[in-house]
Amino acid sequence: MIRGRVWKFGDDVNTDVIMPGKYLAMHDPAEIAPYIMEGIDPDFGKKAKPGDIIVAGKNFGCGSSRETAPGGLKAFGIGAIIAPTFARIFLRNAVNIGLPVLECPAAAADIREGDVVAVEMATGRITDETTGRTYQASPFPPFLQELIAAGGLIPYVRRRLGVA
Amino acid sequence: MTITEKILAAHAGKAAVEPGEFIVARPDMVMGNDLSTAGAIGVLRKMGAAKVFDPEKIAIVFDHIVPARDIQAADLLKGVRQWVREQGIRHFFDEGRHGIAHIILPEQGLALPGNLIIGGDSHSCTYGAVGAFSTGVGHTDLAGVLALGEIWLKVPASIKSTYHGTLGPWIMGKDLILATIGKIGIDGALYQAMEFRGPALATLGMSERLTMCNMAIEAGGKSGIVAPDEVTLSYVRERATRPWTVYQSDPDARYVAEYDFEITGMRPQVAKPFSPDNVVPVDEVAGTPLDQVFIGSCTNAKLEDLRIAARILRGKKAHAGTRLIVIPASTWIWNQALKEGLLEIFAEAGAAVSTPTCGACFGGHTGVLGAGEVCLSTSNRNFVGRMGHPTAQSYLANPAVAAASAIKGCIAAPEEVL
Repeated sequence: MIRGRVWKFGDDVNTDVIMPGKYLAMHDPAEIAPYIMEGIDPDFGKKAKPGDIIVAGKNFGCGSSRETAPGGLKAFGIGAIIAPTFARIFLRNAVNIGLPVLECPAAAADIREGDVVAVEMATGRITDETTGRTYQASPFPPFLQELIAAGGLIPYVRRRLGVA
Repeated sequence: MTITEKILAAHAGKAAVEPGEFIVARPDMVMGNDLSTAGAIGVLRKMGAAKVFDPEKIAIVFDHIVPARDIQAADLLKGVRQWVREQGIRHFFDEGRHGIAHIILPEQGLALPGNLIIGGDSHSCTYGAVGAFSTGVGHTDLAGVLALGEIWLKVPASIKSTYHGTLGPWIMGKDLILATIGKIGIDGALYQAMEFRGPALATLGMSERLTMCNMAIEAGGKSGIVAPDEVTLSYVRERATRPWTVYQSDPDARYVAEYDFEITGMRPQVAKPFSPDNVVPVDEVAGTPLDQVFIGSCTNAKLEDLRIAARILRGKKAHAGTRLIVIPASTWIWNQALKEGLLEIFAEAGAAVSTPTCGACFGGHTGVLGAGEVCLSTSNRNFVGRMGHPTAQSYLANPAVAAASAIKGCIAAPEEVL
């Protein structure tokens, strides 16, 4: 169970604002984690806490394929991201590295900043504990569920290569 | 089936595929740039993959931070060079051969009709211009495909955009794709393949088609594609490093949406801050003062783009209050531009001309914007902070508008300076 305080963002949050280009040559997630969402709110890394949940509008993570964007969010400890839709490269990257993402238009519309939300990844059930409302995220196709259950692409490839 | 479905079916070993279906496909070419390859090398170690699937099917291109912009970049490039040598990868574009991957692969005959290409960069959709299926991924996916030689893909539904009419003077592929993104929006093609066609498109050369496919991602597209015709084949024949296959969409192919664009009378298009879908005719923003004009990036720094900018800049000077930065997209283009006298025209106009790199496009180096500065750029994205400080603003336009704007010191239509 993932449980955290909500930070809200609008539509079309792009990877340039999630992790600006100046940090692109840094590949150590811990090094980039403090700068997440810097392009929208330079203080976000100071205000947010590990475990917090991001609820955003449509097309979250559009633009550049930089993995420092989902990588930074995961390294910071963002518990989950809820949005009506995700940009496709961001969605792949998030699943590959094990950053929990859920597509749920109703939850994304209703949930307010500061609410405390609980998320069950296995079932896609989202509970807004502040309002008492519950939501059901769109299930990912079985292929993606397997990848998520395997813990992302690294364990999946290790298994395929027969690496212990 | 559409051309996209046919290419995906062929690479998944299937007779047919349907939109929404998950397939495992084997690519003909895998591209990594300096940044994504560096990321992938770390992931490959965690995956326990000592060797890549096939060094002949891999191209590694240095573009984002080359020549090394700082010590961190130098160490990153050094690590990638060593790995490339260990893996025996021959299609390696290091300094002196380097350039922006999305221009290098078609130019060097490594992206061919009917290919399935996976690139570790969002603008990998560019290669669709030669009639290939091509899409961008992050560095963990890149590592996966480098290790296994295969990748899972969801077959995208296709959107058909048809272009009618005749292109006016100074109207380029950039204007057509900006108009398209302006109409359908920044997520108008989310998860989908964008197929570009029609009588106006047929008259466009490869340079314009590359620009259009390049910006499919700016509408959220998984890929952009132009079915091969004689223009494609004459471009490919001079360059191909291996055989290729031509696919065409069937007359009864299914599309999830169809758009028609009338090009006759179209004005040059400009995307205003802070989104590539915030598109207006140039006249609506004409007169906006500019601190910088950037002619570069995988979108608009090809030889044809530079020739058009040079036609306008010849014998003229950039405005005293406006910096002009020109960065040719590849080493081959840089050398051609030198031989044709284009670099001299830019230098005499007062431009700073750099060797090939993505540079200013992603706010990396060679033209980063300061607080409150305003830039007109031939690149592809103008999000908050994209080219530098979060309060800087970027307008996106074609190279003719960029050249004219540099002369005037403010956004200007090309005919204003002729």
